[in-house]
Amino acid sequence: MQLYCMFKNICNTWKMISLYHMRCSSNSLNPPPAKYGGRHTVTLIPGDGIGPELLSHVREVFRFSCVPVDFEVVHVNSALEAEDDIDNAITAIRRNGVAIKGNIETKHTMPPSVKSRNNLLRTSLDLYANVMHCQSLPGVQTRHKNIDIMIIRENTEGEYSSLEHESVSGVVECLKIITRTNSLRIAEYAFQLAREKGRRRVTAVHKANIMKLGDGLFLQCCREVASGYPDITFDSMIVDNTTMQLVSKPQQFDVMVMPNLYGNVVSNVCAGLVGGPGLVPGANYGRDYAVFETATRNTGKSVAGKNIANPTAMLLASCMMLDHLKYVLLLHTADLGGQGTTSEVVQSVMRVIQSKGQLTADI
Amino acid sequence: MWRSTASRVVASLKNELLQSRSFIRGMKTVTLIPGDGIGPEISAAVVKIFVAAEVPIEWEERNVTAVQGPGGKWMIPHDAKESMDKTKIGLKGPLKTPVGAGHPSMNLLLRKTFDLYANVRPCVSIEGYDTPYTDVNLVTIRENTEGEYSGIEHVIVDGVVQSIKLITEQASHRIAEYAFEYAKNNQRSSVTAVHKANIMRMSDGLFLRKCREAAEKHKDIKFTEMYLDTVCLNIVQDPSQFDVLVMPNLYGDILSDLCAGLIGGLGVTPSGNIGAHGVAIFESVHGTAPDIAGQDLANPTALLLSGIMMLRHMGLHSHAQKIETACFDTIQDKKVLTKDLGGNAKCSEFTEVICQRVRDMK
Repeated sequence: MQLYCMFKNICNTWKMISLYHMRCSSNSLNPPPAKYGGRHTVTLIPGDGIGPELLSHVREVFRFSCVPVDFEVVHVNSALEAEDDIDNAITAIRRNGVAIKGNIETKHTMPPSVKSRNNLLRTSLDLYANVMHCQSLPGVQTRHKNIDIMIIRENTEGEYSSLEHESVSGVVECLKIITRTNSLRIAEYAFQLAREKGRRRVTAVHKANIMKLGDGLFLQCCREVASGYPDITFDSMIVDNTTMQLVSKPQQFDVMVMPNLYGNVVSNVCAGLVGGPGLVPGANYGRDYAVFETATRNTGKSVAGKNIANPTAMLLASCMMLDHLKYVLLLHTADLGGQGTTSEVVQSVMRVIQSKGQLTADI
Repeated sequence: MWRSTASRVVASLKNELLQSRSFIRGMKTVTLIPGDGIGPEISAAVVKIFVAAEVPIEWEERNVTAVQGPGGKWMIPHDAKESMDKTKIGLKGPLKTPVGAGHPSMNLLLRKTFDLYANVRPCVSIEGYDTPYTDVNLVTIRENTEGEYSGIEHVIVDGVVQSIKLITEQASHRIAEYAFEYAKNNQRSSVTAVHKANIMRMSDGLFLRKCREAAEKHKDIKFTEMYLDTVCLNIVQDPSQFDVLVMPNLYGDILSDLCAGLIGGLGVTPSGNIGAHGVAIFESVHGTAPDIAGQDLANPTALLLSGIMMLRHMGLHSHAQKIETACFDTIQDKKVLTKDLGGNAKCSEFTEVICQRVRDMK
């Protein structure tokens, strides 16, 4: 009931907003998506757990606000061993260029040959950069204040290469792959994004003291790219020290770039610091495609279907998607009265929600 | 009525006998490795506090600078190895890892020599040393011999590097068993296995299977499994929901440092390494702090808490409790604290206050 009221508030606020499509200056990082007749088609993958309900909220908000976006819904059944479902989803995304998704569960009861569907999607579409912006939100009680960290995580290789074998019975080897090409690519992305957003410092997170060749290569690539951006300070930090610093003084971090697994850890720690998984959106960018989801990629089985999940993360992800589709929103509310970007709209939505005092249980 | 008294007396005598069986002439010998940098001064502080508490321990001091044995293989000095093999218990200060010395880190050598397979770090919020987290009371148990730190890396072709993460049934079984034993011996109620078996299906899957098998044998301890990212997410929001965490090497490295950060950093975090054949080495995990070495400014708390962990491991619970109370009371009092704890006292002054508290407790 509480969630529904919050939802209605968001919809009412968005009713006051009309959409206006404008050509913005081209963003060299994100590809322009396809469009027919003034409307974009976006692939929607409901996923498991809280995914379907969160995405239905997004659709409701878009409908209320008359957003010219159509959704092509593709279901992926996580209980099947065959990869047809995920292949269909990937084809749909190739067609539309943009997708928004919930997390697809990886069942442990399946044999190890059945790979994580989310991972398959990311690697097939070469969505090499996972970007997450962690900001302290006003009105959300947390132990740390004034956090503003951008996390750029390499999304296709590293520990998530899914290359494992049992060489001898009882001995399993798992390969972590680091390549120069991908490391350079993600470092380039990080520095370009930092420059675009006016950020001052990029920190590379690694464990090169132990994994001298692998993480050493990653660090070296970051240093090479850093030399081409003299206006941005570059430093590096070992991952265990990073987590220690994050829980004591997170305000010291600006932009962070790292390989896949450390990205998983750091992004979850940061999401926890700003208030939890229900608040932070995430985006996966590739050269040709972009997929939006919640930053911490939780299936949320324990809260599914109970109308208590926080829709903020998915809503913010849909706003990021609109940014990507180059929509700029005109605000007709009296206090703002003028043009604004999507993020400003979201801020106003958040303010309305806080003022009405209706929050989901986790915040 | 006197029969019940008699049986109680007999029971307590048996208990005493059990404890003192390992004590020769009433004293237990322990190997002390002072280490480098601030190592010697904090070791001296701990020894002084133990003397004040009348702990029945005799110290055997040893140095562990790497030496090259026959065949060019690097190893720890023979007398250090001999001492540890005899005493089975060690207390170690920080060791420096020289860059470009040609030999692996001393910590790695020690680990390999004594097969120190479990790294145990209890993290408890310290009253008086305020951090944003006040209700931390958990233990991280990290598999310390294999996993991502196997050191096996190859350059496949130029620009492509492969690091191998090794998970074996034997090591996973050993660490899982240890985690449940530890939980039982230290009155902990639950064990959580931390993994990423959704991505690393076979390797973390094997680790998880072994944890599940160990859980079957210890039905009195609650067992849960949680993804690494979910643990990270939840631990920074509500660390009180976690009790004992068991995990492979890399996750353990990250999480144990994260938990140390929750309670205030490496300067107040104890650590113990459990090895095969009953060997246990307790250590402080902070650095050698060469910039303040020899100036009587160091904080001995981490080494002291590791020493207390050691006493509990040896069964000297009353001594452990006495020293721990004295240490925590001193910190909570806030009158005499070293610089990193927020005060401006010297190491010797801080140590003396703890010693006095311990003496006053008798």
